[in-house]
Amino acid sequence: MSAITNAAATVLAQAEVVEQTADEAKSISAASGAGMAYGLAAIGPGIGIGYLVGQAVQAMARQPESAGQVQTTMFLGIAFTEALALIGFVVFILLKFV
Amino acid sequence: MFAALSNPAILLASEEGGGGVEFPPINLIVKWPAAFGEGTFYGFNKIALISMIAMIVPVILFLIAGRKASVVPRGIQNVMEVSVDFIEKQVVLPAIGKDGMRYLPMLMSMFFFIWIGNLFEIIPTSHMPANARMANPIMLAMVAWVMFIGVGVKHHGLKYFKDALFPPGVPKALYLLVTPIEFLSTFLIRPFSLAVRLFANMLAGHILLVTFSVLTITLFGAGILAIAGVLSFGMLVAFTAFEFMVAFLQAFIFSLLTAVYIGGALHPAH
Repeated sequence: MSAITNAAATVLAQAEVVEQTADEAKSISAASGAGMAYGLAAIGPGIGIGYLVGQAVQAMARQPESAGQVQTTMFLGIAFTEALALIGFVVFILLKFV
Repeated sequence: MFAALSNPAILLASEEGGGGVEFPPINLIVKWPAAFGEGTFYGFNKIALISMIAMIVPVILFLIAGRKASVVPRGIQNVMEVSVDFIEKQVVLPAIGKDGMRYLPMLMSMFFFIWIGNLFEIIPTSHMPANARMANPIMLAMVAWVMFIGVGVKHHGLKYFKDALFPPGVPKALYLLVTPIEFLSTFLIRPFSLAVRLFANMLAGHILLVTFSVLTITLFGAGILAIAGVLSFGMLVAFTAFEFMVAFLQAFIFSLLTAVYIGGALHPAH
């Protein structure tokens, strides 16, 4: 009788272990997926913002009197470009922590 | 003992919790227990308190500045006039134009609410930006959304929706493609990206500061690694300065984009 209960307990414990490792595997894949998502999402906006600010600096150097307007437009462009990276960051948070 | 001292990585790894740096879970750094009314609609926590302060401080500042208004501004009146001038010259005039001056008070209060809410990210003893929770940015984005649609309907009637969804000068057959894109980008993605931009920027800054704080504390308690802790502390100071700039920039960009959307609804032919 006690041997049967012992065996059942062992099986239960093993099932628990399997479940735990499944959870761990899920969290590990979620974490690496999250890192991947943010890393990929940062490439495009990185190039974009670099190009954008470079061109803005060139415009300001050529026409210093229009620097104010160029700066405002530059910030607008940065805001639109950056949105993609930030959505990637939100995906990272959702995958990693939620 | 000697081996552990000569190899600080072992010292760091041999602490409880499996070793290494112990980062707090995300709920610990963005969720705050309510002071009263937990779980009810009047639950009042740290975010609500910061939002209240962000609402009241500009009101008080402008009341003080306007109480003894003189032609030659001095002291606080000077400061507030500079801020009004900034919003006028950098936000309203480039984005809407001369006829946008009537939206200046709204953009002004939006700017100050966001800016002061953000500034609490780096104010010691608080260290929590009010806009790092989604509730505040989504409300502000909904205000901006209702505002630009309202302005469009008020000035152009239902023709505003026609102009927004069927932009003139496009071949008829292309409307099949253009109209869904315009609908998505104007009425759904605009408020969403407005809210996410503010939220994600502030949350990212908050997590960055928490990361470097935790790293600095851990390194200072790890024997010889305290030398690296000095570098980490330097980064923490630099990022605090950076977040001070980001707090201002996000408030500026939020009001600028709201102004651009209002301007687009006001002059759809742009």
